[in-house]
Amino acid sequence: MAMLLGKKVGMTRLYDQEGRSVPVTVLQVGPCVVTQVKTVATDGYDAVQLGYEDVKPSRQTKPLIGHFAKAGTGPKRFVREMRLAEDLSGQFKVGETLTVGVFEGTQRVDVISTSKGKGFQGVMKRHHFGGFPASHGTERKHRAQGSIASHATNRGFSGRPKKGKRMAGHMGNIRVTTKNHKVMLIDQERGLLVVSGTVPGSNGTYCVVKTAKTPVKVATK
Amino acid sequence: MRTDLIDAVEATCLKKQVPYFEIGDTVDVVFKIKEGDKERTQVFTGTVIARKGRGINEMVTVRRVVGSEGVERIFPIHSPNVLDIEPVRSSRVRRAKLYFLRQRSGKSAKLRKRHSEHTAGS
Repeated sequence: MAMLLGKKVGMTRLYDQEGRSVPVTVLQVGPCVVTQVKTVATDGYDAVQLGYEDVKPSRQTKPLIGHFAKAGTGPKRFVREMRLAEDLSGQFKVGETLTVGVFEGTQRVDVISTSKGKGFQGVMKRHHFGGFPASHGTERKHRAQGSIASHATNRGFSGRPKKGKRMAGHMGNIRVTTKNHKVMLIDQERGLLVVSGTVPGSNGTYCVVKTAKTPVKVATK
Repeated sequence: MRTDLIDAVEATCLKKQVPYFEIGDTVDVVFKIKEGDKERTQVFTGTVIARKGRGINEMVTVRRVVGSEGVERIFPIHSPNVLDIEPVRSSRVRRAKLYFLRQRSGKSAKLRKRHSEHTAGS
């Protein structure tokens, strides 16, 4: 299990051995500094805190600057924790730098990032509702959601909409995990990790890259 | 967009040598096709009417007229399935995109021949 922090650079395509064109996302991951090692004894759980990308000291609070100084680095912009199995916390040292090399030999990765914000959206875009017909007498509700509740919503006789009823509202700009990206290429020199498919967020978005958690389901013929 | 980093990634998949051809050239495109498990090469001959995209996304549009029906194929220049693009005849053209050829047929669709250094064929 490896994890690193990085940034989405952009997308392009690569050709695989069979000559097929594969859409890929280029990620710049690492170098990440281990800023803290948490153990059961001190914090109640085992984890490693990673920091990515320098930020001006004037942009950060003094307590944080002090926290990073303990690890022997300057302040970092993007900080996330990696949970560890109990016996692994001895493997990491505070102040240690991790680079893309940790993914060497990894087949697939999960990417966690913040999706593009879409603003306030209606139900057709946000939840893929069907809307109403364009004609046949439909008036002023072509993209409406229809009924949201009745007197007996789910026989509760409430008259109120059910909790969690899908409606219009803010869409995007949330944490999204995309799973099982194939690792296509690792460029140690530039710190690049090239993964298959699309990664949430716009170019320049910070992301967390982890070794894939769930195995890929093999389609049965 | 950090194109320099993306270019570095694309460079690993680019062809070292891209055959030289120009817009308006008649070319033989040699490419691999798969039929079931068998692989064979096929040649598509036609006029280069457009070339667009950069890096690994560079595409070439080749047009030919079969019978009275125009056929256009778009080839990714850097695809490993496109084995060769061989110019056999070049023409004098004054624009980069020859889309006007789609509206023309017969004699008006002919391009004036040009004797250039890069095309060996007559």
